[in-house]
Amino acid sequence: MRLLTHNMLSSNIKGVTNGFPLRIEVEKVVEKQVDFNPNFLKNMFSKIDYKALLEASRIMGYAELPDHADPSSLESDDFLRRFHHALLQLHLEEGSLVCPETGRKFPVNKGIPNMLLHEDEV
Amino acid sequence: MMPYRIAQIRLVSSHPEVYEPCDDSFALVDALLADRTNLLEHRPRICLEIGCGSGYVIASLALLLGGEDSGSYFIATDINPHAVSVTSETLNAHGVHAELVNTDIASGLEGRLMGLVDVMVVNPPYVPTPDEEVGCDGITSAWAGGENGRSVIDKILPVADKLLSDKGWLYMVTLTANDPCDICLDMKKKGYAARIVLQRSTEEESLHIIKFWRDPNSQLEANDAKLLTKTDHGAGFGSFLSQLSQMSFWRSGNSTNN
Ligand SMILES: C[S@@+](CC[C@H](N)C(=O)[O-])C[C@H]1O[C@@H](n2cnc3c(N)ncnc32)[C@H](O)[C@@H]1O
Repeated sequence: MRLLTHNMLSSNIKGVTNGFPLRIEVEKVVEKQVDFNPNFLKNMFSKIDYKALLEASRIMGYAELPDHADPSSLESDDFLRRFHHALLQLHLEEGSLVCPETGRKFPVNKGIPNMLLHEDEV
Repeated sequence: MMPYRIAQIRLVSSHPEVYEPCDDSFALVDALLADRTNLLEHRPRICLEIGCGSGYVIASLALLLGGEDSGSYFIATDINPHAVSVTSETLNAHGVHAELVNTDIASGLEGRLMGLVDVMVVNPPYVPTPDEEVGCDGITSAWAGGENGRSVIDKILPVADKLLSDKGWLYMVTLTANDPCDICLDMKKKGYAARIVLQRSTEEESLHIIKFWRDPNSQLEANDAKLLTKTDHGAGFGSFLSQLSQMSFWRSGNSTNN
């Protein structure tokens, strides 16, 4: 699971009002090479919750994203490359996503998050 | 035109509890191929499949768009945990990537992915069955569609409306028993126009692959049709009018580039 996907996931448990971002617990991170696509990154920037990405990338062991970023950051190739790496190249292979409100853990196995709910959570 | 590839059956992984590519899967991929020129021009950023099963469809979509190198990113969901693993193997075997989520429809993604999906593909469980069979574990959930086969479809449509971007397209497999006209009318009320991209009859079933896209006129027309049929008490005329509005609705679908 990429951090792009993590940035798009929220806790879906019934009654939870603030289910984003899910806290990441890491067991295994892998990196996979992806083509650098500045257009996509520029388009996506406004849709990404940067703070959530920043925290997630640090938990995943990548400390190279700047603390703050705004649309003007996109003019820097250096920033775009870091943003690219954090968003698309880091994968959570094994671990969990923890609901910030209830502490419920959603397991991630072989890179696939399991967001299925138990009957009493729907 | 660029040469293209779709998924190869011999590279599609399998599992006893995962739906194998079948006539409906092939029809959906053929519809995507038939619409390939439009899809390439559309330059979708995010593509989503709901109910990916073996991964045959999402792998084909990724291949025919040229994979991530072309600037499109792919996400697929399935409620069946075996299906997402099998899809992962199928994608690897074809050298393409999609992000996978084991979830009910798009639960967990609906909030943040809202309005971001440019292309959505769905081959839902559409076979009419008793309602109890819907969402059962394992392979039954691959086809069990409840009354008129509409249980899961009717849950997917509002989610699609939420996730699709302004320029978003939805391709969906339907069976005659699902009442495709009624599905289109439902989508028309949500502001979508529709076109049948491919129709195919097999020994057992008649399949339509329908493409939906946002069209502000559709909603207006749908509301007009409702008003007209409401004020007119002769049932015969009312249904005639609604047929008429449906016809113009199909036509408007063909007149654009979609
Ligand atoms: C007809 S099969 C299609 C599989 C594959 N897309 C294909 O075309 O070969 C329907 C798939 O939808 C999945 N499914 C059924 N209900 C679902 C739900 N509520 N949410 C997500 N997936 C679901 C099933 O597990 C199955 O894999």
